[in-house]
Amino acid sequence: MAGVKKPKLAVWKFSSCDGCQLSLLDCELELLAVSEAVEIAYFLEASRKVVKGPYDISLVEGSITTPHDVKAIRDIRKMSKTLVTIGACATSGGIQALRNFTDVKGFIDRVYAHPEYIETLNTSVGIADHVPVDFELRGCPINKQQLLEVLNAFLNGRKPNVPKHSECIECKIRGTSCVSVAKGEACLGPVVQAGCGGLCPAHQRGCFGCFGPMESPNTESMAALLAKQGLDQRDIRRSFRSYNANAPAFRKESEAHDDESH
Amino acid sequence: MTTRVIKVDALARVEGEGSLLVRIKDGVIKDLEFGIFEPPRFFEAFLVGRDYSEVPDITARICGICPIAYEMGSIQAMEDIFGITVPKPIRDLRRLIYCGEWIESHGLHVYLLHAPDFLGLPDALELAKSDKALVEKALRLKKIGNDILEVVGGRAVHPINLKVGGFFSTPRKAKIKALAEDLKWAVETSLATVKLVGGFDFPVLEQDYHFVALRHPDEYAIHEGRVVSNRGLDIPVSQFLDHFDEEHVRHSNALHGIIKDGSGPYKVGPLARYALNYDKLSPLAKQAAKEAGLGPVVRNPFQSIVVRAIELVQACEDALRIVESYEEPDAASVPFEVKAGRDRGSARALLPYL
Repeated sequence: MAGVKKPKLAVWKFSSCDGCQLSLLDCELELLAVSEAVEIAYFLEASRKVVKGPYDISLVEGSITTPHDVKAIRDIRKMSKTLVTIGACATSGGIQALRNFTDVKGFIDRVYAHPEYIETLNTSVGIADHVPVDFELRGCPINKQQLLEVLNAFLNGRKPNVPKHSECIECKIRGTSCVSVAKGEACLGPVVQAGCGGLCPAHQRGCFGCFGPMESPNTESMAALLAKQGLDQRDIRRSFRSYNANAPAFRKESEAHDDESH
Repeated sequence: MTTRVIKVDALARVEGEGSLLVRIKDGVIKDLEFGIFEPPRFFEAFLVGRDYSEVPDITARICGICPIAYEMGSIQAMEDIFGITVPKPIRDLRRLIYCGEWIESHGLHVYLLHAPDFLGLPDALELAKSDKALVEKALRLKKIGNDILEVVGGRAVHPINLKVGGFFSTPRKAKIKALAEDLKWAVETSLATVKLVGGFDFPVLEQDYHFVALRHPDEYAIHEGRVVSNRGLDIPVSQFLDHFDEEHVRHSNALHGIIKDGSGPYKVGPLARYALNYDKLSPLAKQAAKEAGLGPVVRNPFQSIVVRAIELVQACEDALRIVESYEEPDAASVPFEVKAGRDRGSARALLPYL
């Protein structure tokens, strides 16, 4: 509609792999429609055009890992009417949150010849640990259909329809026979939020938790089942300590299987 | 005396985060700093203590745009240690998914990241306002790459179907064959891409590069071969660390690669791969290069967009060939025994760039 000001969309990146913002560009068939519905005001991966804030919607990828990030996310929050985190890093700290369980200094020394050049925080955490977040879209990576749903919802002033039930429901919908029951495969599906479409079990492997904990997960019971399937304490700890290691429910469960000496 | 400073705090249309600082005095560059301020994530450190079977999915997370390169890098390193050689049908599927990643990533790079520079536009979406059909074609081409990733790997970003020894499940024949029609279109579109970007205006600049790339006797190398250079280096991957080093500089979180013999930095990427593997290009890709006015070696960095488009032709053709001859393998993966070991070719993590 001519004369009607389009909502301004901004896409921001912190510590991450770029995969979630790429998911926006991966909306190949819908990308031009999205760009017609909103003004892409800041999206460095796609454009050198920078339109000043405030922004109607900010999509934030990546976790907060540096003193610079801490300041930047506060500025972004101030400039954004709605702030949506996209992906496991922005929501729970991502795979790089594995540093949270150890001393980051050891990590720096292992990787860099000049540790003194490296400026980093002891932890990698999600955006909501620093500023209020309006909606958290899960996934490592996010599901691009869910991203379109979230954009559509906020553009139309409604709540996004993103299910919070477990991955198991998706296997049932897809008609995949349960890899845990039928084959005894370790599968985190019962405690993981839906979103990928039941991908791993459909490919003959157990879920490893890309979408993080579902609403009210019974991780203790999950751990007991994994133990029954032959996983030792170390295996169980690692199962909960991956792409969403710092999500409270998974962090707590992995810590319950820490070595006594630890 | 005039001094000019070019300072870009955050480079646009690149994968990752970078800054650029150039100081020019009387027309001569005095300082040039390309800073990668992408925060450290410490993959090398947190992989310690993980199970071998978890590693490919973890290394995928290094990059969402080229996860296959990192998944395959770690898979091949572990297969070297375990003494695994995968049979041809599995090797073909790996080549196919890699071609899918090239089609997706090269398509993204050529049209969405690089081309706007030559057209004086801020982005490809702006281009869609004047030539919507062209951008739709570009996005369809990119999507065909992603379709391959989804059919073979389960999803486009961080595919879940790859593992040490092969795949978790075998892609069904009908699903693979269904890619053929789109890939025929993709071959034609990639040729049109070479023609389009070959017609851009390129500043004249010839650089005396030390090119380093993989080279394979039977194919345009993507994931296997020896490490070769245009100055006589020719080594197996396992000797990589004997010849190459990485330096940590203050202004960048990305380590600087150098050759240990004192010759310093080296050039990887499309220009290097092309120069060292020109004879392995398909006749069609060679013809496209010739028509775009390229010789067997391109030293003008601005023309990397044309060379990348030629690699796109190669990837589309290779993918189509594999799709057309595809038969489901008897098993999705080969059995193996897990062994402790040290793969000096663990520098394979670097090979995606070669």
